Formats: sequence, structure tokens, C-alpha cells
Amino acid sequence: MEMKNSFIREVADRKYEYGFETDVHTEVLDKGLSEDVVRLISEKKGEPGWLLEFRLKAYRYWLTQKAPTWGHLDIPEIDYQDISYYADPTAKGKSGQGDKEIDPELLKTFDKLGIPLEERMALAGTAVDAVMDSVSVKTTFREKLQEKGIIFCSISEAVKAHPDLVREYLGTVVPYKDNFYAALNSAVFSDGSFVYIPKGVRCPMELSTYFRINARGTGQFERTLIVCDDDAYVSYLEGCTAPMRDDNQLHAAIVEIVVKENAEVKYSTVQNWYPGDAQGRGGVLNLVTKRGHLRGRGSRLSWTQVETGSAITWKYPSCILSGEGSQAEFYSVAVTNNFQQADTGTKMIHIGKNTKSTIISKGISAGRSQNAYRGLVKVASTADGARNYSSCDSLLLGSHCGAHTFPYMDVRNDTAIVEHEATTSKISEDQLLYCNQRGIDTEEAVSLIVNGYAKEVINKLPMEFAVEAQKLLGVTLEGAVG
Amino acid sequence: MDKMDSRTQYMDFYQKAGEMISARSCSVMNEVREAALAVFSEAGFPSRKVEEYRYTDVSADFAPDYGISLLPLQGGNLPQYCHRISESPAEVSAYYNRIADTSDPVAALNTMLAVDTLVIHVPAGTRVEHPIQVSNVLKGEHDTMVNRRLLIVMGNGAEADVIVTDKAVDQRRFLSNQVVEVIAGEGAHLSLYEVEETHLLCTRYSSVFIRQERDSVVRHTGITLFNGHTRNRLVAVLAGEGSEAMLGGCVIADKSQHVDNNTLIDHRVPCCQSHELYKYVLDDTSVGAFAGKVLVREGAQKTVSTETNANLCATGTARMYSQPMLEIYADDVKCSHGSTVGQMDEAALFYMRQRGIDEAEARLLLKSAFITEVIDSIPLAPLRDRLSILVDRRLRGELSKCEGCSLCR
Repeated sequence: MEMKNSFIREVADRKYEYGFETDVHTEVLDKGLSEDVVRLISEKKGEPGWLLEFRLKAYRYWLTQKAPTWGHLDIPEIDYQDISYYADPTAKGKSGQGDKEIDPELLKTFDKLGIPLEERMALAGTAVDAVMDSVSVKTTFREKLQEKGIIFCSISEAVKAHPDLVREYLGTVVPYKDNFYAALNSAVFSDGSFVYIPKGVRCPMELSTYFRINARGTGQFERTLIVCDDDAYVSYLEGCTAPMRDDNQLHAAIVEIVVKENAEVKYSTVQNWYPGDAQGRGGVLNLVTKRGHLRGRGSRLSWTQVETGSAITWKYPSCILSGEGSQAEFYSVAVTNNFQQADTGTKMIHIGKNTKSTIISKGISAGRSQNAYRGLVKVASTADGARNYSSCDSLLLGSHCGAHTFPYMDVRNDTAIVEHEATTSKISEDQLLYCNQRGIDTEEAVSLIVNGYAKEVINKLPMEFAVEAQKLLGVTLEGAVG
Repeated sequence: MDKMDSRTQYMDFYQKAGEMISARSCSVMNEVREAALAVFSEAGFPSRKVEEYRYTDVSADFAPDYGISLLPLQGGNLPQYCHRISESPAEVSAYYNRIADTSDPVAALNTMLAVDTLVIHVPAGTRVEHPIQVSNVLKGEHDTMVNRRLLIVMGNGAEADVIVTDKAVDQRRFLSNQVVEVIAGEGAHLSLYEVEETHLLCTRYSSVFIRQERDSVVRHTGITLFNGHTRNRLVAVLAGEGSEAMLGGCVIADKSQHVDNNTLIDHRVPCCQSHELYKYVLDDTSVGAFAGKVLVREGAQKTVSTETNANLCATGTARMYSQPMLEIYADDVKCSHGSTVGQMDEAALFYMRQRGIDEAEARLLLKSAFITEVIDSIPLAPLRDRLSILVDRRLRGELSKCEGCSLCR
């Protein structure tokens, strides 16, 4: 038994290929959270008074709140005073050289992760904002995007360069009072991306943010704000990894998206935070609030997520459909193995007339993991002709894991049509036998079948991501069968 | 009135009347009273923050100042297989409060206040030819609360149909809080039908707990034709391999009616099946809620479970909450659920009107066809026919008052 475990551990460890650490001088704030820490973060980022005020209000509100316990999750006690809330790997040591230069170690790190920050080497067609710990390292292709009036930079820069825009939208989709983790994020958020697509502009390349946690004992509090003006279009990708550690690291993010008249936003995530080892030690606690507001008539928003990482995932990318005829989609594949726990899903809130939403969720659980879909479809009395279709499938690999479905439907309109269906099953023996007969071993066959099962969602991802996601599905489940 | 007040009212009553309750009751029921009191006084009425009660404001339903009925069972000679708990064999009455969820405060309140229990005991290998009907008739000159208790013990291989009907005679506020416990022995077959046909001033809390042994089949159909506020909780525990639970229900609600069905099917062992079908037709400002959880425990392989909840909102002000849930800890299972909320098919309406059927009649036909699926699944032919007529009359609005059958007058 011992031998088998160590073998599985070896496989699991080997397969998380992003688990390395970068040795770079990082300026880390002392652990602990207080009003002074909030002020210090704001000061370090050179923020205007209104933003500090926003942070302080959020902090004071957070103090009055308790962490939510309704999720089908067993979240370890988080000591919020034992976390450092700001880590800056770009800060120069005492021998500090020029300001502009990026430490070659950082460049190497992102290279190793497959995110080259040299524009000549970068994949054509993708602009990247690379964030390590609390700071954005570099944003590529900014000038080229600027020609079209597109703003793509880290949120800290946006606060300085475009304060009016940030002030107009920040906190309007996810107010700081939204929930416990949203209040915490609003108080101490560090970097994330800011995107503004002006009226009528179709963003010529994929925009992407890559989040990396590196420093030990820190939390990452990403904040992303995307504003897509009338008739504009943008496709945005988000990726993330972290080193392998025995203790849990906290990632509490907020993503806000504003979609105006006839605009379209596609938001894709491949979440590959360190999931912890085969014994359930370590891993990232991914406690995230993501929400889009479809404000304009005919606006469209689609969330696509592939969740393979994190020890705990608590994430419900949501859509508020207020614009008449607006459409929202949610496509999700969540894979859990070993001791991972996921409670993820979406909220579709129909307010405008003739709004439509689609939810396709695929859960795959293996090992001793728990995987839950939790979703709300709410149709307000004003949402005449609203239409929703939800489908949630769960696949179980192994007899010690759990797959759960908790959909909530709240309909207050007689012209609405809301449908939900869910199934739970295991991989059919017939399919496995068929593959085995043809010389495909069981592990590969499972990977094949799982990929086929998840195809409906993976097809929605941009191409580079789709390839990545397929590989990840295979790797995450390795060692899960047999 | 807040939660504290509603609770205090019942606690005070128990303080004053506890001795009288015990005196009118029997030892089996008295033995568990204090434990129930402890649960109720500790928990009070669950707030809407408690997941199982999120769609119904329990505290408000129990707040009015009711007179609490302490009358024993009425109705002269009880038919074969039916007994008062005080007269039933000790091994049968021993099941009292053993199947029920003793931590549930609403059920605990019943255990605290109930004075009598109707026991239906079908001995092993016995097949009861004719259905047993239990009529609950709410009658009184004052606003009254009743605490009813029913215990059904099916011996191994026993078969029976039980029909429980709720009627209200007087236009008073009535609150009935009932607990039904069912134990189905190996290979037993039980069909339990509950038909509620009261009026807008009536509030019904029902907690049905079922425990099934190997190869038993239990069918439960709950039909809400007319009511005020209704909250039905049903817990079925599949404790023996090869057992099967079929739960069904239909709700026709209009005006300010409120109907909340909450079910939990607990698959504890392998090779069991469960099927659920609930349908709602909601009109005016009525509120419907359905929350059905299927729990498949670790090791309960080869489970097959289906769950369907379909709802028709006929007006813009009616409101439906639907929450079908799966919680699964075993891999070799086939579980599915489906839920829809929609309205009448305009094309079908148009088709009927083209053929000279007026709009009101066409709508009625569609509603009736929608509900029929549940009624048609009832194997007991006379009940099915009777219910078809009642549903039709209900949809035509002819069922809002009791006409007075021989039982009532």
C-alpha cells in the first residue's frame, strides 16, 4: 500500500510541471492585516484618495462579516493575520539598477511557463499581461493596441493613467459588500488587468493575463476589470499556476466585466493552480467572485472555464442580464482528483426582456475528491420572454469520490422558459473494453473518453487554450484509474 | 411576530398542558415527549436561512394564536388492521418515533403535543384487499391547531393501499402538523396517497418518514388540490438492497396559496431505485416550491435514480422555486434530474381555437393534460378516476368549498 501511494505521489508530483519556485528578490510586506496595511498597499501603489477610501470602507465592512459556509466544501481555517498581503518581485534590491529593466529571472520564469514576454518571440495574436504575486511584470503589445484606442494594462497603471474610467466602473458589478471574500479583495487587491475596448472596436488579438503565485506565505488578490463599449468585441484569456508547497495559499480574486450595447466579451480561464499533493497537503485555495453585467441591448458574454487545479475552488462566474435581448453563456469543465474540492457553477440573473442564457457544466471527479455544481437561474418579473437552458453532467471515476448538483431556479415570470437537466454516471465498461480491445491501455482510454465528454466545453476555448486544456485533463486524471 | 414569540407560545402551552397531554396519551408516546421538548426548545422554528426551509416562513405559519386540540382519534370502530397506539401490539408501537427525524423541530413539536396515534399494521404476508382510507376532517368553532400522528408498519411481504385525505369543514383558521412514519418490511408493497382539499385559511405541515427494507416498494403520491399554506417534507431511507421508492405529486394553486414540497431520498445500500415526478400549475399570486435531494451514500453502487419537476406558471405574478439536487458518493450509479418552468404552448392553444374551442377551455385542457401525467401514474383505478374528476373541477374553480360528504355532517 505504502509503495503504491508513493508511486502515485511521484506521478502526481511529476505531473504538476509548474511547481517550481523562482529565486528572485521579492519585497514582501509583513504578515497581518489592519487598516495600516491597507493604507500601506495603497501608498505603495501611489493611489488617489478615493481608492484608499474605497479600500478602507471595504476593510471595515469585511471586519463585520463571517466567511460563508454554505458551500459543499471543507475549507481549512484561514488565519488572515498569517498572510502577507503584498509581495513585489519587481522591487529592486539595495543594489537596484534602472527602473525599467525586468529581472531576467522573471523573464525566464514566464518563458518556462510558456509565456514569452519578448514581443518578437510571443505568439502572434495574443497580448499578455503577466502578473507575479502582487505586481504586473509586463504587458505586451500595448502600443499596438493603443493605436486602436484599446487600453490593456495592469489595474494599478490604469488607476494612474485612466482614473476616471476606473472610478466609473470599479465596484459597480461586484460591490465590496457582495460577500466576505469580495470585501477582503476590495480592501487589499493588488494587480490584475484593466481592459477598455472603445466603441465599435473589434480587438484584433486575444488579450491574456497570466497569474503566478511565487512568494511563500502570501495571498494573491487579483482584480480585473473589463469594459467593452458599444458594438465592441474582445476575447480574454486567463491562466494561472503556483509552486508546490505543503501549506495552503490563498487566492481571492474579483473579476468585473461590463458589456454595453451590442458588445461581446468572451472570457476563458484555464485554472491550473497547484492542487496539493496526493495526500491532500498544500494547494491553492481559490475563492473567487467573477461577474459580468450585460448592460446594453443585444450584449453578449460568455464564460468558459476549465478548472483542473486548486485544492479548493469556490467560484461562480455570473451574469446579470439587464440589457434587452442580451445573451449569456457559461461553459465549464471541472476536474477534481485526490483530495481536491470544487464547488463551482454560475448565476444567471435575467432582468431584461427576451434575455437568453445557456449553462453547460461538466464535472469529473476522481480519487477522494468532491465536485459540486451549484447554480442559480433567476428570472425577474420584468424579464418577459426570458429563456434558460442548463445541463450539468457529472462523471465519477472511482468509488470514493463525490459528484453533486445543486441547481436553484427562481422564476417570477409567466413568459419565461427555464429548463434544467442533470445526469451522473461513470465511464461505461463497454467503452473501456472497446478501447482496450484495440490496444489502447485503460489510462489512455479514460483520458480519451473524458476528453470526448468535455469536448462540448473545450470547443468553446480559443485554439491555443483548447490544446492546453486537453493535455491538462489527461494529466490531472493520471493515476486516477486502476 | 418574531421567531422567539412563536416558539414561546408553544413552550408556554406545554408548560401548562403537559400533564394533561400525558394523561390523555399513552406511555409509548409520553416516553419521548421530553426529548422532543428539548429539541424544540433548543432549535425553535427554523428560519429561512436553513437550507431545508428556505422557501417557507415556518415561524410566521405557527405564529397565530391557535387553540391546540388535544382530542384523541375520532370515528367509532376502527377497521381491520387499524388501531389506536395504546391498543396495538408492543412490538408494533415500538416503532413510534424511531423512523422520524428526531432532530427536526417541526416534527419534534408534533411529538411534544400529539395525544394519539393511528397505527396501521399489516402483518407479514397479508394482502389488504380494499384500500384503507384515513379522513382528517378539520372542524371547529375556533382557530385550531391539530397534531396528527400516523404510524404504518408493513410486515414482510405485506401489501396495502392507504389513502389519507384532508378536509376542512368550517371557515376557520386551521393548522395541522402531522408526522407519518412508515416502515416497510422485506418485500412489502405500500401505496400511500395523500389528498389535500381544504381552504385558504388552512396551513398544513406534513413530515413523512419512510424506511424501506430489502425488496420493498413504496409509492407516495401527494396531491394538493386546495389549501392555504402547505409544507410537505418527505424523507425516504432505502435501507435494504433492491428496494424502490416512487414519489409523485401534483399541485394546483391559485390566489395566495403556497405549496412547498421538500423531499430527501437516502440511498444507503446498493441496487435500489428511486423515481420522482412532481408537477405544479400556478395561477394568480400563488407560490410553489420544490426541493428534492437524492443522496447516494458511499458504497450504494448500482443505484438508479430519476427526478423530474415540471412547472407551469399561468400568470406573471405566480412564482416558482425549483431545486432538484444530487449528492453522490458512489461511482457505479445512474442518476438524473430534470426541471422545467414554462408556460402554455401558444401553438397548441392556437390549434385548439382554430377548431372552435374557446380560449378559456383550451387553456383548461392544456393544464389538465399537464397534470394528468401524475394522476395517470396512480395504479388504483377508482382513486385515479375520482382524482381526474376532482382535478377537472378544481381547474374550473368549482372546488373552492366543501360540499359536505357524509363524514362532515
